[in-house]
Amino acid sequence: MMKQKFFPIIGLEIHIELTTKRKMFCDCPADHFNKEPNTQTCPVCLGLPGALPVPNKEAIKRTLLLAISLDCQINSKTWFDRKNYFYPDLPKGYQISQFFRPMGIGGQVNLETGQKINIKEVHLEEDTAKSLIKNDQRLLDFNKSGVPLIEVVSCPDLTSPQEAKDYAQKIHQLVRTLKISSADMEKGQMRLEANISLKKSPQDPLPNYKVEIKNINSFRYLHDAITYEINRQSQLLSAGKKITQETRGYNPRQKTTFSQRSKEEAYEYRYFPEPDIPPLNLTRLFQLDKIRASLPELPEITIKRLISQYHLSRYQADILFRKYPKRGEAVLKIAQLEKIKTSDAANAIINQDYPLKNLTPREFVNKIKSTQESTLLISGNDLETIINQVIAKNPKAVNDYRAGKEAALGFLIGQTQQKTKGKTDVANAKQIFIKILNRG
Amino acid sequence: MIKFDEKGHSLLSWRQQLIKKQVSSLEVCSTYLKQIEQKNNPLNVYLVINQQLLEEAKRADQAINNNPEAFKNQPLLGLPIAIKDNFCTLDFPTTASSLVLNNYHPPYESTVTQKLKKAGAIILGKTNMDAWAHGSSTETSDFGPTKNPHDTNRTPGGSSGGSAAAVAADMAPAAIGSETAGSIRQPAAWCGVIGLKPTYGRVSRWGVIAMASSLDCPGPITKTVADAAFIYNLLAGPDDHDATTIKSPAPKIPIKKTLPEKKLTIGLPKEYFSLAKKEISQKIIALSKQLKKSGHQIREISLLDPKISIAVYTILQRAEVSSNLARYDGIRYGQNRAFFGLESLRRIMLGTFVLSAGYFDQYYLQAQKARTKIINNFADTFKKVDLILAPTTPTTALKVGAWKKSAMFGEMQDVLVEPSALAGLPAINLLAGSDRNGLPIGLQIIGPQKQESRVVKLAYQIEAITNEKN
Repeated sequence: MMKQKFFPIIGLEIHIELTTKRKMFCDCPADHFNKEPNTQTCPVCLGLPGALPVPNKEAIKRTLLLAISLDCQINSKTWFDRKNYFYPDLPKGYQISQFFRPMGIGGQVNLETGQKINIKEVHLEEDTAKSLIKNDQRLLDFNKSGVPLIEVVSCPDLTSPQEAKDYAQKIHQLVRTLKISSADMEKGQMRLEANISLKKSPQDPLPNYKVEIKNINSFRYLHDAITYEINRQSQLLSAGKKITQETRGYNPRQKTTFSQRSKEEAYEYRYFPEPDIPPLNLTRLFQLDKIRASLPELPEITIKRLISQYHLSRYQADILFRKYPKRGEAVLKIAQLEKIKTSDAANAIINQDYPLKNLTPREFVNKIKSTQESTLLISGNDLETIINQVIAKNPKAVNDYRAGKEAALGFLIGQTQQKTKGKTDVANAKQIFIKILNRG
Repeated sequence: MIKFDEKGHSLLSWRQQLIKKQVSSLEVCSTYLKQIEQKNNPLNVYLVINQQLLEEAKRADQAINNNPEAFKNQPLLGLPIAIKDNFCTLDFPTTASSLVLNNYHPPYESTVTQKLKKAGAIILGKTNMDAWAHGSSTETSDFGPTKNPHDTNRTPGGSSGGSAAAVAADMAPAAIGSETAGSIRQPAAWCGVIGLKPTYGRVSRWGVIAMASSLDCPGPITKTVADAAFIYNLLAGPDDHDATTIKSPAPKIPIKKTLPEKKLTIGLPKEYFSLAKKEISQKIIALSKQLKKSGHQIREISLLDPKISIAVYTILQRAEVSSNLARYDGIRYGQNRAFFGLESLRRIMLGTFVLSAGYFDQYYLQAQKARTKIINNFADTFKKVDLILAPTTPTTALKVGAWKKSAMFGEMQDVLVEPSALAGLPAINLLAGSDRNGLPIGLQIIGPQKQESRVVKLAYQIEAITNEKN
């Protein structure tokens, strides 16, 4: 049987924990990594009777920064909504999120492939508590409860695992450039969810199902999970089977996805506007023009600038920006002044010729310089002068060579190397020796 | 031991005597403790009584004796006050009269009780209420119903029935209640005391166990208008812990009898009068004639049919209730959800339904639109009149057990207070007189948003008229 070809439809939901000082709706510290469990809580983030949420203005501002950078349309009149569902990590029985009027709608991310990925919305919500099972007991740590969380929802415009990975990395770059979150994947500060379905022809309407893979915490896992899922679904569809709408998890060791819960029935979250928080008027709260003007150079622009200003390849500029956003360019700048080829300097950084993190950019450039100088070979007239000295000093070897002992030439070149501390252009030296010795 | 005169004592009269050292806080508190010991058994007003009451009174007396200026910083120093059991208190369990929160000790104090304690007030105890404030008779309490001090076969109204009965029975000189739609005014009416419901957002909800968050309003229940004004001034104002509080500082309202500066146009909404028993309407119309004599203009007006508000209020309140009660999931608090009473279960079910996909637009959104219409209806009306005068309740206090006969009992009793509650307006209940059974008749003055001062000044005038009569 010929394997049928399918067209993947992929959408991503990306959650970004903001590294603000305070939580979203109370004054507890937002940094919860490796803290003693349940030491950063209060009536608000514990959802105690009578406690009320007061929104964190800084978190709202950071969401605005991201939404503006993604070219979203800003809903100046926005509000929070309650998402009602039961889960032990959700102390109020609802999550304060945004549903009816997210802060940003629309927007776009451009991939290198030229593909434009549309953003559906950017909204702000609160994180849930941390929940883990240990010795058959469910343990809850409310330090994470109420930490500000941005959700960026893409349209189902992604068509391959690679595109999904590129898109996610773009968002990651942007978040870090804007400094709204450290977006440390290992700390769970950025979490990825992929919705995947397949259609038979690109012209087909969206499939009537989607499979959601939750809680992916690395770009590679995202790529691998989607790859696996596309294969799994292709096989099922080829065999004429129906695919269940469900939530799946990813097992990075086996590189497979596994069913977590079926959600054939639509979720019933009973959203309604949060009555404890009045609607926000963003144009009254912030000067949007000022925020726009205050944006740092965005990754797309920086990469283009690196390419044109330092004559780098797209590949060099990309890696340099992703891995060494500040120091990378500092090195290039000095290299340029020192008349060192910037693309050589870029390669030195990318290939990690020297430990960039232990050196100042200036020291790094000095290293490049001295290496390049040390590998500059002596040849031509300079070398001929040295060779004449070597010939004058080694009459025996000269005679041996002339007597037909080829090996003597090797000795003479070795002597030359010694004199030049290894910087002899050997091929050139050989030519010069033969020229002089055959003449004389 | 101090003897009560027939009318009992207002909070401010005790205050005067304390300032003049004619009486000590210990004497005042002992007197009320005695009253509580005598009356709490039949009336079931208090769920918990402050065991440290007399110790705290002694400390207050020391402060009064040591510092002649003490009342400047602590205007309620040594004065006892009762608190509805839905205000979180560090020193007492807080249950909202529900077994689900049986023996729950909050780890923090509500803004209202913080402010009262800071002002030197001593909490007498926590008063009974309809469980979760669901009800208008204090009969849905899981700790037994409260009885009306005027007739123990009748209910005190609710949900702040314990607080209203405490003040009416001189088991507290003043009390704190909370109103979502009627829970201050209606029990005040049935118990014949003053109940002031401030503008939504004037008094912080921080630490008040939520019923319907977009409507909940804490406020005082007292013997006199001046007492209510005095407590209001201490409680009103913005709170960093409650994002729905009005951001501007609350202007002080007069705490001494102050008449309106000008002749007012007072509107009598005919729809409200036609929904009330004849006896009640007549009493209030008679009073309005006296107001006319003193120079005010009385005008019959027409407002949106209050029955519309029942539908709107029922949908919005149930929706919020179903979400607000979700946190009592049996994991962290005293008892599981099986301990919710019948009325709460009804409200959770209905609220869950109106928020469900496919129904949200028909119910919740429609109700929000209608709420806007009600708000606009009042705003338009207040372009023509300064204040609205109306009956507070359609009937006087009903017999115990009446609520069980109707799933919409509360809404029917609160029909005349729900529209103004939905609009977040300030209002006060006053005694208009009594019916043929000797039961108190309540009248209400409703004002525009943030116009507590205007409401209270007319209340002073009416209070003077009714006092003269009695």
